[in-house]
Order: sequence, then C-alpha cells, then structure tokens
Amino acid sequence: MIRRPDNMIVDVVVRLMVPAIQIFAFYVIFHGHYSPGGGFQGGALLAGSILLQRVALGTERSQLSFPVRYGLPFGIIGVFIFAGTGLFALIMGGQYLQYDAMPFGLTPVWLRNTGILLVELGVAFAVMGVLVSIYDSLACSSDEEGGRC
Amino acid sequence: MRTFGVVLIVITGLVLLYAGLGLPQFGDPHAPAAEHVSDHYIKHAYHDDHTPNIVTVMIADYRSFDTLGETIVVFAAGLACYLLLRGEPRRRKRADEEDQTA
Repeated sequence: MIRRPDNMIVDVVVRLMVPAIQIFAFYVIFHGHYSPGGGFQGGALLAGSILLQRVALGTERSQLSFPVRYGLPFGIIGVFIFAGTGLFALIMGGQYLQYDAMPFGLTPVWLRNTGILLVELGVAFAVMGVLVSIYDSLACSSDEEGGRC
Repeated sequence: MRTFGVVLIVITGLVLLYAGLGLPQFGDPHAPAAEHVSDHYIKHAYHDDHTPNIVTVMIADYRSFDTLGETIVVFAAGLACYLLLRGEPRRRKRADEEDQTA
C-alpha cells in the first residue's frame, strides 16, 4: 500500500475543492434540463469528489465523508429510484415509465419534466455509488491487512 | 496461425469497406436515421416536456427504457468488481471444509 505523505498543501487544497466539485455536480444534475449534463455526468463528478479525498487524504480519513460500505448500496438506491419511478407510474394506471400517469397534481407536461428529474437523480446516485465502489474494490483487494474493506 | 489471423483481419476490413460504400452521405437529410423518428423528436421535445435540452428529453423520456438498461449495466459492472475482487473465495473455503472432515 502506498503511504500517505503528510502534505499540508494537498490537504487544504482538497478540502477547498471537494465542496466546490460537489456543488458543481448537483448543478450539472439539476441543470440537465437546460444545458449539457444530467445524471451520468453529475454522478461521475460526485464520484470524482469522493475519489479525490480517497487519493489525497488516504483511505482512513476519507471514511469520515463516505465509508467504503456505502458504495454499492448507493448504486442499489439509484437503480431503485429509476425503476421505482417507472413502477410508480405503472401502479398509478399508466405504462412503465410513463411519467404523466404519476399523481402529483401537475399538468402532464410538467409531470414528464419532473419524471426526467427523478430519473436523472437515480442515475446520478447509481453512477456515483458504482464508481466509488469499483475504486474501493480495486484499492482494497491489494490491501490484505485492511480490515475495513 | 499468425498468417491466418492477418488474412482474417484483411478480409473483414475489405468487407467493412465494401459495406461502408452503401452508407448515406455525411449530413444527408434523407438518410434513414434522419427520416424516421428524429423529426418527431426535434419537433415535439419542447412541447412534450418543457425542456430545452432535447438530448435530456430523449435519454430520460422517449428512450427511458434504454437509460434504465444503461444504469443497470453500470450497476452490474460495480457488482461484478465487488464479487471478483472482494468476494469470499469459495474454493478455499471448500478446501478448508474438506480438511476438517478429513
């Protein structure tokens, strides 16, 4: 395992950058209706902010913001949000993923707009969880003594 | 074996080149891909969803089944990495049990 160098500059810069990256990630997700972006890109940015901490602060300290065991559950939650949106529309009398069947009291056009947002959020969660999980799988498999992986 | 591989690659390349001659011109407005549903998507995307970004409407509304499949594929990739790299090696466990019974 590579030893973490105690470099204060890296430490401080990462701490400043991570919130900015995460806010930009949410901007990319929620602004996907109006500009390039969406779930996949925003999820990748969110995962990037977590992996930056993993690389720069070391596995142990980055557990505080995102523990290793949360990776795959986040992916599962994301896929469930996506599939659940479709199933919700199906139960409410529409077809699978027919957003305008959801009973939110909006006009059909805005229901479809909301449906897109829900689906993008699911995609973002799934991509973020899976990317972090893949990194952790690779990093932990070479770390025999690590008990927390 | 090596020559066989080279011959196979050359033949495949020639077949692909021949097939490429039948493709429509780049930017052809009457290409099959541009005539079927794209027209409908471009005309109705904003009207259907109040979303200026046509690409978002396409991937999350018109083709949401495809995106659901993509998400599941991404998740399957993560799951495969987890099982391959962090899962319990079953063979070793079975060998242990055989040791104990023996």
